Amino acid sequence: MKILVFIKQVPNTTDVKIDPVTNTLKREGVDSIINPFDMYAIEEAIRVKEKLGDAEVIAVSMGPQQAVEALKEAISMGCDRAILISDRKFAGSDTWATSYTLSQAAKKIGDYTIIFCGKQASDGDTAQVGPGISMHLDIPQVTYVKKIEKITVSSAVVERMTEEGYDIVEVPLPAVLTVVKEINEPRLPSLKGKMRAKKAEIPVWTAEDIGCDEKMIGLDGSPTRVVKIFTPPPRGGGRLLEGDPAETAKELAGLIKKEIIG
Amino acid sequence: MKNNDAIIILNEKCTGCTLCIKVCPFGAILIKDKKAVIDLSKCTLCAACVEACKFDAIIIRKKEKAVIDLSAYRDVWVFAEQKKGKVQSVVFELLGKGRELADKLKCNLCAVLIGENTQEGAKELIARGADKVYTVDSPHLKVFQDDPYTRVLTELVSKHKPEIVLCGATTIGRSLISRVAVTLRAGLTADCTGLDIDMKEKLLLQTRPAFGGNIMATIIAPDSRPQMSTVRHKVMQEAEHDPGRKGEIIEEKFPEATYASRSRLLDVVEEIEETINLAEADIIVSGGRGVGNKENFSIIKDLALSINGAVGASRSAVDADWIPYSHQVGQTGKTVCPKVYIACGISGQIQHLIGMKSADVIVAINKDPDAPIFGVATYGIVDDLFKVVPLLTQHFKKTLA
Repeated sequence: MKILVFIKQVPNTTDVKIDPVTNTLKREGVDSIINPFDMYAIEEAIRVKEKLGDAEVIAVSMGPQQAVEALKEAISMGCDRAILISDRKFAGSDTWATSYTLSQAAKKIGDYTIIFCGKQASDGDTAQVGPGISMHLDIPQVTYVKKIEKITVSSAVVERMTEEGYDIVEVPLPAVLTVVKEINEPRLPSLKGKMRAKKAEIPVWTAEDIGCDEKMIGLDGSPTRVVKIFTPPPRGGGRLLEGDPAETAKELAGLIKKEIIG
Repeated sequence: MKNNDAIIILNEKCTGCTLCIKVCPFGAILIKDKKAVIDLSKCTLCAACVEACKFDAIIIRKKEKAVIDLSAYRDVWVFAEQKKGKVQSVVFELLGKGRELADKLKCNLCAVLIGENTQEGAKELIARGADKVYTVDSPHLKVFQDDPYTRVLTELVSKHKPEIVLCGATTIGRSLISRVAVTLRAGLTADCTGLDIDMKEKLLLQTRPAFGGNIMATIIAPDSRPQMSTVRHKVMQEAEHDPGRKGEIIEEKFPEATYASRSRLLDVVEEIEETINLAEADIIVSGGRGVGNKENFSIIKDLALSINGAVGASRSAVDADWIPYSHQVGQTGKTVCPKVYIACGISGQIQHLIGMKSADVIVAINKDPDAPIFGVATYGIVDDLFKVVPLLTQHFKKTLA
């Protein structure tokens, strides 16, 4: 049984700062990490394997060559193997082209039972790729999965998080499951895992290898286009309230009341 | 041989000045043999470098366009999400913005309501500004399920060809609209904070945050239709309710097979939190490391109660077990956008700010004058929260009761 986990290497957004002079993103010294939500996807995939036995967890990433580091980290956590999808022709892929490309990779791997994704990536923050993959592969999906209650090789009963609580959904497999942070606590890599990751050979598949239609990838495959990138005006110009607590509390209460009541 | 790369550096023009490297938000450019080289596997074609280059040495090639007749697409649509038959308030905000867009484009504003017993909802949508409401009514559609809703919305859009479709960036909305967009090969932009029309090109300009809100991007979908966007709750202004408004209700029907679902909804569980749902709250009072211990958190809860607000917390407070994870605001917790966010004893690390800096008014109460939270606060008090917060609570109890 094959369990796929699609992961993305992203810049550590907490390290990203705006250069006050050029007003652009400062990228020096910014670490690349596995997208935080994907850590939970990797962990859940490994737990499902541990529950069902006789399964293979394959981590897959579409990205530049350095994404191999992220895939090795996935292996060190317990994924059995990993594949990098990389090609200059993917440049400028939006979520349509990305979900198409990843679904082509899934088709090439073949015979998958579950595809795990994190809910969204912390750089793009769209949450569109997981559902996109389910459409390209024409398999069902459940998003915002916060718990897998029951799982067999042919179906799963999961909890889908909603604004009011959760739904309990039974979904036939194969299916795409996108997960939220509530689902588990990702494990730390073991020493054995790190050694496996070090030795692991990670194949790189190109657009041609996975049979991509050139009109559906990269620039040509992306219906959306970024026309402008700018830094938001910094919040600032705030006011410090001065005085003893009795005074400041009173002033603040007045200001807040005005905000709420108008 | 023709270079088919999406973006090309003209070596004869490139002087290796590295200006492009400095502006690239994605670290996709480096210098090799004194010329700039773009790593295409990192490049997102944001064109920041193209604009920045003083020597016009960078060009993005023309896109192979799928030719569709864009003029066949008219009208602004809003997906009217309903739960238990009640139209969700984010829809009224979408209708508010949708009306602006429709007026600029001189076209109709329409709503799509999928569910059971949709008549009342449809009337509400008209009162809120919809010129037309397409309803699809069936007991199979009473509750949201991915398959039937995806099929129904896709069919409706294919049939009526709206040029713009807006949808709430809710749990349902985001899952649903992503799938519809893929089938239609339509451009979809998530979590838009700004929507406008480029009047020259008659295109929808979609602005949204990226990199955790550190940068903003404006996006277009020039060659595909419809142009689709999701918008979060409390970002746009609600359309006013005018019961006198007139509009058309068009009932659409589909064969039973359209409503089939591969997955089965077994149960719907509601978890009522002791205070209001954090993500929807207009007022949030949050406690951080400065609160000190679990018992002291009651001070935060009391303030929240006095002002009818929800209780939030920083990661430090949650990790220390002073309050459950469901209250955590920040990068690994919830993202909130209330009218008023009161941060008590919270230093304001970037991981926390990511979750709350889009609040209208940020209040910071902290003993440490150098706490980063004061950099984003609208109002700040550098003082002991144990002195200020109870006094605040008293004020609100007296005057807001």
